[in-house]
Amino acid sequence: MKQPIYLDNNATTPLDPRVLEAMLPYFTEKFGNAASRNHAFGWVAEEGVDYAREQVAKLIGCTEKEIIFTSGATEADNLAIKGVFEMYKEKGNHIITAVTEHKAVLDTCKHLEKNGARVTYLGVKEDGLIDLAELEAAMTPETILVSIMYGNNEIGVIQPVKEIAAIAHKHGALFMTDATQAVGKIPVDVNADGIDLMAFSAHKMYGPKGVGVLYVRRKNPRVKVTAQMDGGGHERGMRSGTLNVPGIVGLGKACELCRLEMESESIRLSALRDKLESTLNKMEESYVNGNTQHRLPHVANISFKYVEGEGLMMAMSDLAVSSGSACTSASLEPSYVLKSLGLSDDLAHSSIRYGLGRFTTEAEIDQAIAVTEKAVNHLRELSPLWEMFKEGIDLSKIEWAEH
Amino acid sequence: MAYSEKVIDHYNNPRNVGTLNKDSKFVGTGLVGAPECGDVMRLQIEVSEDNVITDAKFKTFGCGSAIASSSLATEWLKGKTIDEALSIDNMDIVEELALPPVKIHCSVLAEDAIKSAINDYRVKNGLEAIVLEKSHH
Repeated sequence: MKQPIYLDNNATTPLDPRVLEAMLPYFTEKFGNAASRNHAFGWVAEEGVDYAREQVAKLIGCTEKEIIFTSGATEADNLAIKGVFEMYKEKGNHIITAVTEHKAVLDTCKHLEKNGARVTYLGVKEDGLIDLAELEAAMTPETILVSIMYGNNEIGVIQPVKEIAAIAHKHGALFMTDATQAVGKIPVDVNADGIDLMAFSAHKMYGPKGVGVLYVRRKNPRVKVTAQMDGGGHERGMRSGTLNVPGIVGLGKACELCRLEMESESIRLSALRDKLESTLNKMEESYVNGNTQHRLPHVANISFKYVEGEGLMMAMSDLAVSSGSACTSASLEPSYVLKSLGLSDDLAHSSIRYGLGRFTTEAEIDQAIAVTEKAVNHLRELSPLWEMFKEGIDLSKIEWAEH
Repeated sequence: MAYSEKVIDHYNNPRNVGTLNKDSKFVGTGLVGAPECGDVMRLQIEVSEDNVITDAKFKTFGCGSAIASSSLATEWLKGKTIDEALSIDNMDIVEELALPPVKIHCSVLAEDAIKSAINDYRVKNGLEAIVLEKSHH
């Protein structure tokens, strides 16, 4: 078994060798600029891009013309939100999003607030889902955009996108979703779901880094975004810049593989995830974070009370996972996503996120369970809080020295 | 972030983990930090009649650097007089463990834990608590 075991597939996924194979010719003999209209080098590159566009469109149920290639999901989020804000400012300046969004959405909204936008940040319920009644109540005639993520990167919960889209549309607003963690993992259909704009990236679905997509609806309604980069007018004028042909070809192949393998893969992954989660949840004082019904098949987020996440990751150096503890950052603030579920700071500090992927095996999951149990038990032996808990001392009654 | 070899050593083989009888008048206990900040250290010393620290134990909830800082502190405390123990500076710990800037607060916490344990011992034995510089971290 390869060490360490990679269980951080929400951060990025390894490139599938089949994707690499599809990409390779576009680095060398098929090196042309897809915008070169007057010779064979350009045509060959353009063909590759066109084919990739079809592969992407097929995965999400749209037409090729609705795909705008970008450098990744962060750029796509920026282009969607800033682009809609500029394009629809005659209609209004109000945007609705949620506190558990990725920073690519939250910080873009914060930026727009300085430029005259009014932004509502919806809270979430204990399970990580937004309250639809709260969304409905927040809608105003000035609302131009509702931006709510499809699946959450930290806890994996899936928002009720169809219902959210319906509410947005009823009030004449567009619905945008950051679907970076969802596309390729679960069925996402822009028409069935009522999505007007959607951002995602290749490297979360076994494609290369540095390439992503903004889906922009062309019919019912026809959506437009103001370009955020000036240049040669590529991608129907919405995103200038020479196309990253090998990356786009890789993204296309990655989408095709996800489409063909999603059904069996999601069954396999959720079985492995459930095994990991239910075994670890049997440990004393361990808590599963987020809704366990509506969520992605490959994510588990668990807090092990009375041990600290970063210390825990150090004890689990054979596992590559991530923690909601932010002990390394200057702020010492734990994950804002976990805190928004109402988790106390100490539980947020004690959380570990396991992100399974296409190359995760059952043997690796068994190993991950054993490593985690050993590490948690070891650290609890070292933990004064665990000792106090075992003695029946109520930790909330202690006056902790502030620092 | 990569940890130094010394941090990893203390983390994997922590010295002097355990609990002393906090009700004994020869034992001083320092409990510093807070769960919501992600680190809590409990450091205990046992002091002989001639003011020498004969034993030290710790338990720490926190990251690797916090565990290593408190483990190192107990190692240093054993055999020292109270006065010598009071002169341990957090920067000595930073240097010994090669802690990066973001982890300096772990060493500060260890220094606080030492002083707080000494004060607990002093107060128990009818001595005045030493006024500590308020550390900011």
